[in-house]
Amino acid sequence: MSQALTFRYEIDGDDFTRAGEASSSMKNKLKQLGLDSDVIRKVAIAMYEGEINMVIHADGGKITVTVSDTEITMVLSDTGPGIPDVEKAMQEGYSTARAEVRSLGFGAGMGLPNMKKYTDEMQIDTTVGRGTTITMKVYI
Amino acid sequence: MTIREMQEVLDARFLYGEEMADLDVEFVFSADMMSDVLAYGSRCSVLITGLCNPQVVRTAEMLDIVCIIFVRGKMPDENMLALAVGKGIAILATEHYMFTACGILYEHGLRGGA
Repeated sequence: MSQALTFRYEIDGDDFTRAGEASSSMKNKLKQLGLDSDVIRKVAIAMYEGEINMVIHADGGKITVTVSDTEITMVLSDTGPGIPDVEKAMQEGYSTARAEVRSLGFGAGMGLPNMKKYTDEMQIDTTVGRGTTITMKVYI
Repeated sequence: MTIREMQEVLDARFLYGEEMADLDVEFVFSADMMSDVLAYGSRCSVLITGLCNPQVVRTAEMLDIVCIIFVRGKMPDENMLALAVGKGIAILATEHYMFTACGILYEHGLRGGA
């Protein structure tokens, strides 16, 4: 492919049972593009964690994924509460998720660390009270 | 070990995916926290869990897991099964507790992948 492809998703913040549908759809598209399965898995896990975070913390948001010849870029934007202490949020095990979220299997404080672990680049732009934009890249 | 052999040694029931019974698996991850599965389970093709909600199936999908084993008699509902059918993920259910299920599979040669 010479021209980059862009995919856009709106994430609904109301329904936890539907969280992950965008990541699932993206994973299928990457499979159709014939990308390496390790690359696909990395993108799927990182995007899924981000999507879950949007539903848990920010009442949804938007995800844009761009696929070029050399990399896959995911931009996740929300207008949620923002992250007051990014350094703390990046620590494994640190979580501000409600007990209800933990009972659903998330909120173990692994979301952001996982996103970093499975991507080659990650940048967090956040303002308390205004929202968060996370940009992640996986090299092909 | 095949999915069929796991089903037999765990006295488990196939809720979906019997046609995948001959698939050979090597590494297994067990947890109730899906965050941990996503963090540490990426080499594994089987997930053992007592958590029962649609995100279990989604988590398995992201990691290319081929079989989910529900322990402690947990039963996925129709929505979860429909999701598993759509993703082609085999579903087993056993009455064993998680520790026992893991022990039995370990005894039969399966490992954790770490």
